[in-house]
Amino acid sequence: MRQRFNFSYFVSEGFHSIFTHGLMSFAAVCMIVACLLIMGSFSLVAVNVGNMLGELERDNEFLAYVDETIPEEEEAALQKTLEAVPNVASVEFISKETAKENYVEQYANGEDAELFLNLPDEVFRDRYSIKVRDIEQFSATVSAVESVPGIVNIQAIPEIAQGFVVISNVASGVAIILVVMLVVMSLFIIANTIKLGTFTRRDEIAIMKMCGATNSFVRWPFVVEGMILGLVGAVVAFLLQWGVYSLIGQAIETSDTIQLITIIPFQTLALKVFGIFCGTGLVVGVGGSMVAIGKFLQV
Amino acid sequence: MIRLIDIYKTYDNGTKALKGINLRIDDGEFAFLVGPSGSGKSTIIKLLTAEVAPTEGRLMVNGYNLNTIRPRQVPYLRRTLGVIFQDFRLIEKKTVTENLTFAMRVVGASSREIRKRIPYVLELVGLSKKKDMCPNQLSGGEQQRVAIARALVNNPSMIIADEPTGNLDPQRSLEIMMLLERINELGTTMLVVTHEKELVNRFSKRVVAIESGRIISDETGGYYNNETTF
Repeated sequence: MRQRFNFSYFVSEGFHSIFTHGLMSFAAVCMIVACLLIMGSFSLVAVNVGNMLGELERDNEFLAYVDETIPEEEEAALQKTLEAVPNVASVEFISKETAKENYVEQYANGEDAELFLNLPDEVFRDRYSIKVRDIEQFSATVSAVESVPGIVNIQAIPEIAQGFVVISNVASGVAIILVVMLVVMSLFIIANTIKLGTFTRRDEIAIMKMCGATNSFVRWPFVVEGMILGLVGAVVAFLLQWGVYSLIGQAIETSDTIQLITIIPFQTLALKVFGIFCGTGLVVGVGGSMVAIGKFLQV
Repeated sequence: MIRLIDIYKTYDNGTKALKGINLRIDDGEFAFLVGPSGSGKSTIIKLLTAEVAPTEGRLMVNGYNLNTIRPRQVPYLRRTLGVIFQDFRLIEKKTVTENLTFAMRVVGASSREIRKRIPYVLELVGLSKKKDMCPNQLSGGEQQRVAIARALVNNPSMIIADEPTGNLDPQRSLEIMMLLERINELGTTMLVVTHEKELVNRFSKRVVAIESGRIISDETGGYYNNETTF
């Protein structure tokens, strides 16, 4: 008799098995939900930290002062020269008049206001405010700008940029390690949970093998079962994650003390989170089933 | 057809289970395999179903060379065999019909084939009226009939029965053996492993006796009467 791929049979067997071994299925889904929630929470924290660092990176700029002795036409061409420097994201010209106004606005308050009233414009230099694309290349970009003819001085604090890079790298590293550890742990736990379910059905599997079932025929219902458990776990975890994230987001928004923290709205991340949860749930569910069923096929 | 030529089997722990077995069972034959515990009967069944491989010697089962068989061919070999166990090995949560359907599904039978075959087999084993019952609602003899029906349902060319009457009273044992004889008369080769002397002697069939991994007698129409050995 020819072996045919009977998908509807595998799906019905998968569902049947889930309900027949209800408690084990519930345990497996709970494990998937717990692991995905922990993994998701760490990942979302990492994403938010990354986003905040990104904003800080984007705000990180340095000033390049223009030599006041160069001819006007050379000064006019400087903007394009600076924009052409590698890793420069934006260049904004600030005239000495504007610089003076900013300075006075910043410092001429209260009793000392008189001291700043008659400052001549010549005290200040024309300057460019420069933002970089990749903060890791900050120092190299500063050096490159410094060597541009017509630039006489630079005001930059590379230590701050370096600090951002270190924090960002540490946050990413920790997130990656945690996510990998949690995926491996999830796989192990799910494999063992499904293995317990498989163990109770070892006689059934032995009968199937003795009747002449191929390994793939025996394996498919378990794979479908793992897929269903993984997806159910992913959907439940997604909804819980949404709820927990929104609650924390609201708490931070309404808090007076931690207003500096900005939270990315969940709706912005929802599709990505759902996709990753479903993908991870499937991998963990199917992987766990495959690992669990392996030894019972050796009959 | 079964052909064992100079078969030796030594397990990983050093146990020498078979020591030079030569045995041939032709298509349509009915043979009893008798012998005490530890004589090697179970190892022969495991060899025939490709659960274990021989250490030495040549082994053919229903056209498959088990010395060279690939793992992916083993399921197809097993489809030519029906195996019956002493403890029935039925799925308790499934009805009689579902147990048989399960056995047909795993070899890829269509619903049409299943609908056609199962009533015939249930009629053959005399369980048509109990098709919707679960195994725990049946007597031991009836459960063994279900196991026989399951072994038969995929129309194997040979049935291997491992102590099929071990859990049954003498009357039910006789009924089961008569059923196996009837199935054999319909053309299925039958190899019955048993301890039951009276039962073997009641049927005038071929009796292969094995002891300490060696065949000590092989007689057609033989008797199982060696008191010192068994």
